[in-house]
Amino acid sequence: MLRQIGLNSGELFSSIPEDLRLRRSLNTPAALSEIELLAGFEQMAARNAAAYRSSFVGAGAYAHYIPTIVDHIISRSEFFTAYTPYQPEISQGTLQTIFEFQTLVCQLTGMEVANASMYDGSTALAEAVLMAERVTRRSKVIACGAVHPEYLEVVNTYVQHAGIELKHIDFDSRTGQTSSALDQALDEQTAALVVQSPNFFGCIEDIAALADKAHAAGALLIVAITESISLGLLRSPGACGADIVVAEGQSFGVPLSYGGPYLGLFATREKYARQIPGRLVGEAYDKQGRRGFVLTLATREQHIRREKATSNICTNEGLIALAATVYLETMGRRGLQEVAQQCAQKANYAARQIEKLAGFSLPFSAPRFNEFVVRAPGNARELLSRLASDRKIDGGLALWRYFKDRPNDFLVCVTELNSRSAIDALVDGVASVSKHKDTRTQS
Amino acid sequence: MEPTNITKVTTHISHNEGLIFERSRPGRVGYRLPPLDVDELPLSEIIPKEFQRDDDLEGVPEVSEVDVIRHFIRMSQWNYSIDLGMYPLGSCTMKYNSRLNERVARIAGFANLHPLANEQDAQGALQVIYELQQCLAEITGLPGISLQPAAGAHGEMTGVMIIRAYIDARDGEGASANRRTMLIPDSAHGTNPASAHLSGFSVKTIRSTAEGFTDLDHLRELCSAGNVAGLMLTNPNTLGLFEKNIKEICVIVHDAGGLVYMDGANMNALVGVARPGDMGVDVIHLNLHKTFSTPHGGGGPGCGPCCCTKELEPFLPVPRIVRTPTSRGSDAVDPSRENAAEFKLDFDCPQSIGRVKAFLGNYGMMLRALAYIQTHGHDGLREATEAAVLNARYIAHGLVSDYEKPFDAPPMHEVVFTDKRQARKGVHTLDIAKRLIDYGFHPMTIYFPLIVQGAMLIEPTESVGHQELDQFIAAMRAIAREALEDPDLVLNAPHTTRIGRLDEAAAARKPVLRWKPKQAAGAS
Amino acid sequence: MANVPEDLHYSKDHEWVRVDGDIATIGITDYAQNSLGDVVYVEVPKPGDEFAAQESFGSVESVKAVSELFTPVSGAVVEANETLQDEPEKVNQDPYGDAWMIRIRMSHPGEVDSLLTAAEYEDFTKAETD
Repeated sequence: MLRQIGLNSGELFSSIPEDLRLRRSLNTPAALSEIELLAGFEQMAARNAAAYRSSFVGAGAYAHYIPTIVDHIISRSEFFTAYTPYQPEISQGTLQTIFEFQTLVCQLTGMEVANASMYDGSTALAEAVLMAERVTRRSKVIACGAVHPEYLEVVNTYVQHAGIELKHIDFDSRTGQTSSALDQALDEQTAALVVQSPNFFGCIEDIAALADKAHAAGALLIVAITESISLGLLRSPGACGADIVVAEGQSFGVPLSYGGPYLGLFATREKYARQIPGRLVGEAYDKQGRRGFVLTLATREQHIRREKATSNICTNEGLIALAATVYLETMGRRGLQEVAQQCAQKANYAARQIEKLAGFSLPFSAPRFNEFVVRAPGNARELLSRLASDRKIDGGLALWRYFKDRPNDFLVCVTELNSRSAIDALVDGVASVSKHKDTRTQS
Repeated sequence: MEPTNITKVTTHISHNEGLIFERSRPGRVGYRLPPLDVDELPLSEIIPKEFQRDDDLEGVPEVSEVDVIRHFIRMSQWNYSIDLGMYPLGSCTMKYNSRLNERVARIAGFANLHPLANEQDAQGALQVIYELQQCLAEITGLPGISLQPAAGAHGEMTGVMIIRAYIDARDGEGASANRRTMLIPDSAHGTNPASAHLSGFSVKTIRSTAEGFTDLDHLRELCSAGNVAGLMLTNPNTLGLFEKNIKEICVIVHDAGGLVYMDGANMNALVGVARPGDMGVDVIHLNLHKTFSTPHGGGGPGCGPCCCTKELEPFLPVPRIVRTPTSRGSDAVDPSRENAAEFKLDFDCPQSIGRVKAFLGNYGMMLRALAYIQTHGHDGLREATEAAVLNARYIAHGLVSDYEKPFDAPPMHEVVFTDKRQARKGVHTLDIAKRLIDYGFHPMTIYFPLIVQGAMLIEPTESVGHQELDQFIAAMRAIAREALEDPDLVLNAPHTTRIGRLDEAAAARKPVLRWKPKQAAGAS
Repeated sequence: MANVPEDLHYSKDHEWVRVDGDIATIGITDYAQNSLGDVVYVEVPKPGDEFAAQESFGSVESVKAVSELFTPVSGAVVEANETLQDEPEKVNQDPYGDAWMIRIRMSHPGEVDSLLTAAEYEDFTKAETD
């Protein structure tokens, strides 16, 4: 081929100045065969002990049942090796899927418009805050302290140069919900109130009441959701008056995969459609009147509006949106309700059992979905670490990771995958390692 | 000429398949859960009635598993994909996605690992991140790596925020406020100005020369204003040309007190051949979903690592993934280290720009990229680059007699042509692109870069062989002939797809962005 | 050849101005709508908003481009063409009639004098196409 185009091999990179060309081999591993490569990765995977244990860790990433067909469909070449559907005539599979995805997100959140996805829940929340500033032209944003701490960190990173003042208000330490400090914080400078429900502690917020308060101040209400399965049971944020709803869609058929790729859901009111970040798919017809789907309202996006775009996002989470679409359609109306009810019932059972243990309590009084905070008689990190080593159970997340003033608290998550016997083993394990520890401390 | 008189690599199948909502029938289910095994309480005792849904999830489909399978398999067949054939989208690097990488990402020890698992219980997962960081540092010549950004634009935002944080720290609050200009060439991806804007910079555009390179005089002029924070440059640039003055460009910007950000979208032209770090670049992002073959998935997910110099490393997103010497290592004296994890999350980064994403990034993409790097080995990585550039050169050579090639310089991994000759017959880039579909190829990138009127940006990648390149060239030349002899044939293309060109104007005027039940549809 | 009515004033940003007393009606020219292609969205200001000459008062979008609208004269908006919200295609169909965009009460009516005549505008667009 070189000869055919009149080149010799030395000339291929002639446009790179001599002194910039790498004169040695890269110091990266030598080529491996499939057998060697798999063995290496299997070996590393085996060092991830946490992946093989009974687990009650949630806090923004949830282990749920994934119907087998989800992985089958996202493994189809036609879906996973396709590009962004810029050529609608040969991308209708992807485009129609996204249209269904947008519809499902609207149905679940109770909103009117949803986009084709964001990177994850945390970045979707950051984009929602930026959008609220565009819509209201106000610069203060109030976030409840019971929003996922990592989400708040991401929002902080995104808005640090956007002229937005991010103000945190405490949660009520008795209920675990947004506190009444909110009433003083909301004013005519407030662009948005940001709450999560169920919040980081698993507590369900009174969204309708919060929406009224936000709207009374002329602010938008942004609702974030990390456990999207809750939408199968809880009143939708849209029905409660939310203006923007963002969520982490990982619970919809996406493996934990050590934190990603996940799926940001983003939905809002129709009147704000032109302020939405990211891609949108809409219905369109060809000359013969055949229905198809196409990327639309693209003038909002970076490739056209450049620095004035509603966001810099380009690549989103297309294939993960497909996974969620397959999941939601397979589980369907009744499956989503049943899985949500199982989560709530099982979590409630686990909470009742743990609450009975001597020395243990549940510090927050608000109603919960499938996560709840437990207060242990001693240090929660030590307790969980012993539970992991002695019983091979990951009993939850020590809140100390984010809240240094709560050394004895931990967050427990229960899903349909945690059987009654696994829950009983957790309860028994928690009781026994904590007793064992008490004896040791006393002696 | 008959539209069917052509040799086509593939045929498009056009099953009828409506929306899933149109298939839905009350009572149909496609799932089964085990029966609830704990003592059941009345739901309202768990969650007050006013917090429960009252719409019974109306509208959410009720279908069987077979319904779902047929629905998606039919729709899948309306898609073009890399596995069907050449996908020559310029600046998108649509290369083969190895099935081995998919298998690696699905190993239970990774797929079932919770992102908040304790470090000592996730050592293998952290090792993957660490090893990939090492590889990318070597490939780019830039030692500071964060894999947290989820896509290219996200990596860009991270990189530009790092520039901002560095300058703020270097110049101090007051002085840095006067340094808020980001220079971006007119040929850049739209994400560049959008990312700069997110970081609080105002954008100034640099012209390109008639030869397709950054205009050094204009760069000097803009830098002399004294307010330049940095330059965002793609190299090879979006015309497929290596910026031969890159070293001088970096010197000009550095002398003016700015930093150089390189958009790594075109790294497939450089891996194993040249390194941004050696050129004087301060910070870049990579697209693992381009250069390192993680699948595009119909629009994502991606992974956009940010790579920077030692000087900028303290500003990378938190947490960093670091390796600590183990008890078996040389400094085993400290007994408290006995049980310490080898790979750790380092949260102690006071100068960091902060977190750009919850957890650690698109981890599944990292697994695939490391598998790609290991499969190829150091020699294979370079060979892939050579093949990618050779293929683009071959196409440049094969099409130059039929299409206008606006720049003389030899292209790297992608080449730009225009519709100038065909436009005389009223046939434009969009028409050529649509006609290419009839020949069984995915169109090239069109109307980008914006500075080239009627641009067609072609990037074959290393994943096509000699034979397929010849087929592509033959198809493009046939279209050039058709444009002369039978322009209407091209203007009305594609002829062989399930649907024709869609009325995008009507779709944008009255957007229909979701399905609604029939009775409600009239109401809104 | 684009239609350039004799009785209007024109700006180099391709807006036209029709003067009636101290009221100026503003829209975009036939040449502008033609180079934009199918117009899909028009954003106009609210009555009462005030603009200085050359200031952006809104935008017009086609499928793949956005153009800002600049007022050639200073003043306060007395009326905006709300119907363009629902029927942006009017900009393509009737740029000098139904698709007027705003009416401004001019604060400096003299500004009109510095605008292009129909003949000057025609020459200007000819030069731009070459």
